[in-house]
Amino acid sequence: MNHWIVAPIVLPAILAPFIIMVLRYHLDLQRIFSVAGVVALLGIALTITAQASGGDIQVYELGDWPAPFGIVMVLDRMSAMMVLLTALLALPIVLYAIGSGWDQRGNHFHALFHFQLMGVCGAFLTGDAFNLFVFFEVLLIASYGLMTHGGGSVRLKAGVQYVAYNLLGSTLFLFALGTLYGVTGTLNMADIAVRVAELPPEDTALLRVGAVLLLLVFCIKAAVLPLHFWLPASYANAPLPVAALFAIMTKVGAYSILRMYTLAFGPEVEATQGLVGDWLQPAAILTLAVGAIGILGAHHIARMVAFCAIASMGTLLIAISLFTPEATAAALYYIFHSTLATALLFLVADLVMERRGGAITPKPPMPQSGLVAALFFVGAIAIAGMPPLSGFVGKLLVLDAARDASNANAVWFVILVGSFVTIVGLARAGSLIFWKSHDVEYAGEDAPEEEETDERSAPEPQPGLAFTAVFGAVAGLILLTLFAGPALEYTSKTAEQLFTPERYISAVLGGEE
Amino acid sequence: MEALVASAVGVLTAAGIFLILRRRTFPVILGLSLITYAVNVFLFATGRLALNAPAVLNKYEEVPYTDPLPQALVLTAIVISFGMTAVIVMIALSAYLSSKDDHIDMTAQDCVDAPGEDA
Repeated sequence: MNHWIVAPIVLPAILAPFIIMVLRYHLDLQRIFSVAGVVALLGIALTITAQASGGDIQVYELGDWPAPFGIVMVLDRMSAMMVLLTALLALPIVLYAIGSGWDQRGNHFHALFHFQLMGVCGAFLTGDAFNLFVFFEVLLIASYGLMTHGGGSVRLKAGVQYVAYNLLGSTLFLFALGTLYGVTGTLNMADIAVRVAELPPEDTALLRVGAVLLLLVFCIKAAVLPLHFWLPASYANAPLPVAALFAIMTKVGAYSILRMYTLAFGPEVEATQGLVGDWLQPAAILTLAVGAIGILGAHHIARMVAFCAIASMGTLLIAISLFTPEATAAALYYIFHSTLATALLFLVADLVMERRGGAITPKPPMPQSGLVAALFFVGAIAIAGMPPLSGFVGKLLVLDAARDASNANAVWFVILVGSFVTIVGLARAGSLIFWKSHDVEYAGEDAPEEEETDERSAPEPQPGLAFTAVFGAVAGLILLTLFAGPALEYTSKTAEQLFTPERYISAVLGGEE
Repeated sequence: MEALVASAVGVLTAAGIFLILRRRTFPVILGLSLITYAVNVFLFATGRLALNAPAVLNKYEEVPYTDPLPQALVLTAIVISFGMTAVIVMIALSAYLSSKDDHIDMTAQDCVDAPGEDA
C-alpha cells in the first residue's frame, strides 16, 4: 500500500495537537511550525498529485481491512487535485494571518487552522460515506473555532447562527446516511454504487429520498440558493483570512456533489436519473443571479466578497449540474480559479478593513492606498472573469461546455449578465473606496472616524509579509492562466476518470492487485 | 414496535423543527438537541429493529443477531452532537454576555460589522 495517501490527513492531525500541547505559549514557534507544516503539506500534495496523474486509482485500507468492511482512502485525479488546491490555498493564508497579526488576536489560531486542513484533506480523500461525515465534522468543528477567532459580540452572534445552521446540516447528513444505509446496507461509496445499480426499480423510493437528502446536505455546504443564507453573515463576520480559508469549504460541498453523483447516483443510474441535474441547475442559476445582485447591493466590502463567493459557486454548480465530461473538466478548472480568486479578494478586503473600515462609502485616503487598490483591481478582474486572468478562461470553458445543453440559452444569459452585474458592482465598490477618497479628505465629519481607523490599524507587525502573501495568491492566479493548457488537460482526464466509475469501483472492491 | 419508533422519530423531529424556528437562542439549542436525538434513534433503526438479539455473529449456530454497524454509527453521532451542543451553548452564552441580547437573528446594524463605522 502507498502510505503517501494518508499523509495529508496524518500530518495536520499530529501537528495541530502538537501546537496546542507543546507550543501553546510560544507564538513564534507556533508560526514556524505552522508554516513548515503547510509547506510540508504542499510537498505531500505535489507528490500524490504526481502519483495520481498517471491515471491509476490507488486505495489505502485503514487497518488493512478489506474494502466494503473497513474504511478506505481513495486517491484518484480529483482527490489529488483538491488536496493540492487546499495546500496551495493554505500557504498564502497562513502567511497573511502571521503578517497581519490576526493569529495573535485570539488563542490557538494555528492549531485550529491545521485541524481544518485535516478535515478538508480527509473529506477529499475518503472513500466512505460515513467517514465523509466525520471529516465534515472535523472541518466544521475547527471552523467554529476559527469563525469566532478574535471574539467580539457581532462575530459571536454570527458564530451562533453559523454553528446552528451547520449542526442542522450535520443532522440532515445523518438522516441521509441512515436512509442510504437502510436501503443499501453499506456505506462504502463504491459498494453503494454497486448496490444501487442492482436494486430492483420498484424498491428505489427510499433510495431517491436518501439521494435527495444527501444532495441537500451538500447544497448547504456549497451555499446553493435556497440554502445559502448562512454564508454572507458568517463569511463577512469571520476574521477575513479565515473567510479566505473557508473558500475551500464551499468547494468541499461541490466536490462531494461531483463525487457522489458521478459515482453512486450517476447519470446512467435509472433510479435517480434526472433527479440531480434537473434540480441543481435552476438552483445554481438562481445562486449566480442572487450572488451578482448581492455584489451590487452590498454596503460592506466583506459582505460584497461573500456574495462574490456565492456567485462563483453558482457558476461552478451550473457547470457541475450539466454532468457531461466537458462541463466537469471546465468545472474543475473553475474550482481552482474561484477558490484562489475568492481567497485573494477576502485578503484584499481585510487589507482595506484594517486601514479604513469596510463600509463602501467614501472616506479619507488610507496608507498604501495605491498598492491595495491595485490588488483589489486584480482580484476584481479575476472574480468577475475579465480577460487577462484565469476567470475568463474558466467562464469561457463553462460557456463552451454548456453550448449543447438543453437550456443553453438560460445558462449563457445568466452567466453573461451575472458577470456584467458583478463587474458593475465591483467597479462601484472600487471607485467609492479608492477613488472618491480624495474628495472627502477635508470633510469635517470624517475626523472622528479617522481616529478610530488609526486605532484599528495599530497592531500591524509585518505588512510586508501580508502583502507578500496576497501577491502569492495573485501569482497562483497568473500561473493558472499561463498554464491553462496543461491544467485543462489534467482536468479533462479527471472528468474522464469520474465518468467511468467502473474503474473506481474495481479499484476499491477488486481487492489487492 | 416499528410504529412506536417511527412516531417517536417523527414527534422529536417535528418538535425540534418547531423549536429551531424560535427567535431566541435557548429554544433553538433545545430544538437542535431534540433533532439530534431523533436522528440517533433513526440511525439505530436503520439496521432493522431486532429484540433481544446480540450485536455479534455466533460462530456455532444460527441465532438472530442485530446489525452492529448502526450502533457504532450512533455512538459517533452521539459524541459529535453532544460535543457540538456544548460548543454552541458556549458560543451563544458568550454572545449573550457580550451583547446583552439572545436573539438569534442579526439586525441590519450587526451586519456592517467594523467597530469604527456608522451603520
